[in-house]
Amino acid sequence: MSASITLGGRLRPAPGTILRGLLLAGLALLALLPVLNRLPPDAALYVSDFVVAVSGKWICYAILALAIDLAWGYAGILSLGHGAFFALGGYAIGMHLMRLIGPRGVYGHPVLPDFMVFLGYTELPWYWQGFQFFPFAFAMALIVPGVLAGVLGWLAFRSRITGVYLSIITQAMTYALMLAFFRNDMGFGGNNGFTDFKELLGMPLNTAGARAALFYAALASLGASLLLCRHITKSKLGRVLVAVRDAESRVRFLGYDTTAVKLSVFVLSAMLAGLAGALYVPLIGIINPGEFSPGNSIEAVVWVAVGGRGTLVGALLGAFSVNAIKTWLTSFAPDLWLFVLGGLFVAVTLLLPRGIVGLLQKGPGR
Amino acid sequence: MWRVVLLLLVFALPVRAQGGFEAALPGLAGGFAQQAEAVERLGAIGDPRAVPILRALAEGRMQKRADGGLLIVEGGAVRDALTGAAAEAGEVVRINNRVRGALRGAFGRLQLLSPDPAERIAAAEGLFRSRSPENVSLLEDAVGRETDPAIRDRMTLALAASRLAAPEDVAKRQGIVVLGGTASAEARGLLLEARAANPALAAEIDAAVAAIDTRLQLKRVAETAFQGLSLGSILLLAALGLAVTFGVMGVINMAHGEMVMLGAYTTVLVQELCRGVPWLAPLSLPISVPAAFLVTAAVGVALERGLIRHLYGRPLETLLMTFGVGMILQQGVRLLFGAQNREVVSPSWMQGTLLLPGGIEVTQNRLWIILFSLVVLGLTVAAIRFSRFGLEMRAVVQNRRIAATMGIRTGRVDAMTFAFGSGIAGMAGVALSQIDNVSPNLGTGYIIDSFMVVVFGGVGSLAGTMIGALTLGVVNKMLEPWAGVVLAKIAVLVGIMLFIQRRPKGLFALKGRAAEQ
Repeated sequence: MSASITLGGRLRPAPGTILRGLLLAGLALLALLPVLNRLPPDAALYVSDFVVAVSGKWICYAILALAIDLAWGYAGILSLGHGAFFALGGYAIGMHLMRLIGPRGVYGHPVLPDFMVFLGYTELPWYWQGFQFFPFAFAMALIVPGVLAGVLGWLAFRSRITGVYLSIITQAMTYALMLAFFRNDMGFGGNNGFTDFKELLGMPLNTAGARAALFYAALASLGASLLLCRHITKSKLGRVLVAVRDAESRVRFLGYDTTAVKLSVFVLSAMLAGLAGALYVPLIGIINPGEFSPGNSIEAVVWVAVGGRGTLVGALLGAFSVNAIKTWLTSFAPDLWLFVLGGLFVAVTLLLPRGIVGLLQKGPGR
Repeated sequence: MWRVVLLLLVFALPVRAQGGFEAALPGLAGGFAQQAEAVERLGAIGDPRAVPILRALAEGRMQKRADGGLLIVEGGAVRDALTGAAAEAGEVVRINNRVRGALRGAFGRLQLLSPDPAERIAAAEGLFRSRSPENVSLLEDAVGRETDPAIRDRMTLALAASRLAAPEDVAKRQGIVVLGGTASAEARGLLLEARAANPALAAEIDAAVAAIDTRLQLKRVAETAFQGLSLGSILLLAALGLAVTFGVMGVINMAHGEMVMLGAYTTVLVQELCRGVPWLAPLSLPISVPAAFLVTAAVGVALERGLIRHLYGRPLETLLMTFGVGMILQQGVRLLFGAQNREVVSPSWMQGTLLLPGGIEVTQNRLWIILFSLVVLGLTVAAIRFSRFGLEMRAVVQNRRIAATMGIRTGRVDAMTFAFGSGIAGMAGVALSQIDNVSPNLGTGYIIDSFMVVVFGGVGSLAGTMIGALTLGVVNKMLEPWAGVVLAKIAVLVGIMLFIQRRPKGLFALKGRAAEQ
């Protein structure tokens, strides 16, 4: 406040304003992409299908990053298993998409997906019931990750498992789920997962119109998630969260139920990750157990670290920038990417603990 | 004088056999009954020259001349069965099922006397399966001559099985007693089969089956326990270094798995270097152990002094940073050595299996790894208990500032501790190279399990690490038969989660001031 009165402060806009401007400009630019894709290919502003597909993917990643930022940046819960919640959401929608294929599969079975016919199933397993209805499948994409996070979080938080222990346990969780989903007899397609989807909500998936619709759905979800997270972090709950992150015992002594606070945020965060996965799978057209691999989860954590944790905007910034580098680098020097990613881990933790946002905020008065 | 007699005997024996061999041959060209008889005689004589002839008969490659002489078709050419001279084609000799049965028995018998141990084992197995009372005398003879105890055991089994098929109850009883003294599922199946055919012997057979069941059960338990111990010893090796860096320093090192991987690659390198020198080649594994320790310890020091030192007190950042380092190490090794698996040859004293009493089979390399892990554990405990470095390390753990005031260079102790933990990981890599594929992502498979061991056993307690590793290994292997590998892993994980509910600090929790940090 006092800094803005001085002359120097007046010439420089507040860092928050820069970020907000950047964010809005970025989102607006993203919203334009499917429109530009409709231009004739020789137009100056034409955007290829590839760019639209890739940015749609990044939007889903950004939601995942938001989820991680909410848990890690605000509540200090470093989950190395958010990829599992993401993948579970994806599997829920994937089951719906598989049911919608119906008799159009290779084997032409009216109900069973191809892989089940191939594995000799005669009827649908009980846990596949209901997934023919989109609302049910979509609800499951949020509920299943939420329940898993609820059980795991309840067990962990009530016995005061925090910090690195929690991280290791969440990593073990996603590792175990990966092993489980690789099995054929789980009824989730084994290592091939689900693919070859045909339609969603009555629209064929392989058209430009469907891609644009999914893109806007993801973008709208990103905006809504951002507003939701912002609302939470600005509320009293958000203040308590930060307090729990910085001095949990003190908050407990003040009479707050820290277990409930952490648990609610962890569950919400898992559901957001599930939402991201549910948006991701129709866009990408495939889901397989590789999504559960611990490496994926930890890569998502580094997006948040690079962007700057505890800022929400940073999560978006990190998800987009790290994935941009990844897409760019893997196209011409795939061998280098892992060095760069590893280097990012080291550089961010050692040199930039507050990420890109922290760099921008190093203005006067801070 | 008696030498001459002996000499005569030695010469006389094959001559007699040879005479029998030639006399038996023409029967092969006769009617089916004659053929079967001739085949059995040839088998009983045991002349190795009969093998190609009988094989030709079995495979329909035998022909006969008008005068009854035998011909064999070999690669399109017709030859005389005895002399091997080229001949005109004759009429094909046909066989029926009875002759085929006789042929199987004869092959078994001929092989039984073969100089090649593998052939003798195969013969014993074949006779065990065909189990005809006619083989009894032959097998008795073979058992008496056999010098290899493992083969003799197989032959004894086949003998017992053949006796069980004999018409007389005395022989049957003998067979039942011998079969009941084994721990073989095959023998159990035979006995159950014989039970239906011999109601009079039901009581004896039931007793024998029960005895086998007990032994099989024992064998299963013993083998599961061994597999569990083996897995536990591997977990122990992988977790021990972690227990030092994580437990003692509170530093979580996600690159620990990559230290194990570097140790395994050091083994590969040492083996390559030793390959050219004949006297050095067998020593490459013993050389690898200190080499891997030094290499990974050096990497550990560099990591601690260069990076981790700046992040003390920020465990989550340390976790992320070391994960990145692990990624770089893994990719570096992948670029240097290639992504494919590298071969590490086990020295001969580590190969093969050891047969313990009771039919329990134990693979030698796993046995060595169990021993190795215990030795490493012992050395680690000794280093922490009795060395100057261990004393300083414990002092720093208990109270860093007071230790510094007493003149201990805490920075140096940190570096040494980290080097020590990393070095142990490198030695774990040497052991792992003997049983697992050496590939750049070797360590990732073990890192999560090792953390589970440390969390379960209690952070900062080496005894807890040992008990934790062995418990997890044995429990994992016990669950595997009825839950499958994956579900067993998940069950163990859930079990640890629930266990931590009861004892959040693990099995062996530190008490007192050291626990507060």
